[in-house]
Amino acid sequence: MTPILLTPGDLAVAALLILLDGALSVILGLRLHRQITVASVRLVVQLLLVGYVLRAVFSLGSPVVTLLIVLLMTLVASREVGARTERRLARFGNYAIAAAVVTVATGVTAALALTTAIQPHPWWNPRYAIPLVGIILGSVLNAGSLSLDSMLEGAAHERVSIEAQLALGATYREALRPLIRSSARRGLVPIINQMSAAGIITLPGIMTGQILAGMDPVEAVKYQILLMFLLAGSSGLTSVGVAFLAAWRLTDSRQRLRLDRLSG
Amino acid sequence: MGTGKCLAISGRSGVGKSLLLRMIADLDPHEGEAWLDCVARSRSTGPQWRRQVMYCAADSGWWHDSVGAHFSPAPPLALAARLGLGSGIFAQAVRLCSTGERQRLSLLRALVLEPPVLLLDEPTGPLDPESTGMVEEVLRERLNGGTSIIIVTHDAAQAERLADQRLVMRDGRLIPA
Repeated sequence: MTPILLTPGDLAVAALLILLDGALSVILGLRLHRQITVASVRLVVQLLLVGYVLRAVFSLGSPVVTLLIVLLMTLVASREVGARTERRLARFGNYAIAAAVVTVATGVTAALALTTAIQPHPWWNPRYAIPLVGIILGSVLNAGSLSLDSMLEGAAHERVSIEAQLALGATYREALRPLIRSSARRGLVPIINQMSAAGIITLPGIMTGQILAGMDPVEAVKYQILLMFLLAGSSGLTSVGVAFLAAWRLTDSRQRLRLDRLSG
Repeated sequence: MGTGKCLAISGRSGVGKSLLLRMIADLDPHEGEAWLDCVARSRSTGPQWRRQVMYCAADSGWWHDSVGAHFSPAPPLALAARLGLGSGIFAQAVRLCSTGERQRLSLLRALVLEPPVLLLDEPTGPLDPESTGMVEEVLRERLNGGTSIIIVTHDAAQAERLADQRLVMRDGRLIPA
């Protein structure tokens, strides 16, 4: 299995397609040529940078550096989850919830994969740990931001019905149960869609990449299935975790609905 | 307040009457303490307290689609009839009920739980005189049965009919009417 290595010339030919996009934008007055230029330059710079960083980290083979990179990725993903909601919980509540759930969900699923199915040597081998954490974080980010946004929007919109239940003596768990449920569901929708579409509507990226790199399709499929299961597990942990933590932050020791802790 | 007594609070809109009821029910963060039969509120949990001291908001909230789902195990048909609500309404969707029907249904929801204290925020605000009369009759019966009621109302005549004591809220303070 020898991958066909790309030369800068190969990429330059492909870059003609970007020029085509730019030309279309100019001709049709789409006013997107600036954005297309900036985006494609960013793409090249960002990815090359990551490529060289990963190459360096892989050759270093240091557990500390690997851990630092993984932590940095987790931190950025947590920030993203917290920042994507329309409303925010006071005192950095969004970020606290996101950081806690993203770390646990990603850590648990990545550790499971690295110690059972993949088993590299050593188990934290950056060549496996970093890409694995990266792909898990992608779906955790999706699930977490959807679930959190749904909780915060729902609490604000359904204040009257939630407080009506509290006024009748319901506990906050009872009063928020429908909202927790619908938010957790919302967080899980993308991964369910991804699983059902995989192979029929889309050829998942990992699998495509491995096939292009010369791997046997069935072997590539096995990898993809493993990854999808990891993503499903981490999405589930994230959606449910975020919903419960947000519910907890939205109430207090007297089991009142604390919308005063919400802004935006 | 004594057992079976009714206190009526009036005052201009936005003066804080509803907020006062919400504070008594412990639905908003605030300072201060409340007692029920010499037991401090802080000695019970929020839900325990609110089951005893039950707040009925002026805008009723619903969390199921159908009216009947809000009443378990079975809808209190007899009591509903006394509030002018037919048995058919329990099969109806909440969104199809009129404001007045919803208001009475939310009162009914609280009445069936038989709390010793009721905090009623404009319970007959959107009601016609006939329905208002029916509601007052049920409330008077509860008062006689020993339920204590704090009622916020704009209707001076209603306060006159129901209340043992009448207070007006002005600039955040309660003064005798």
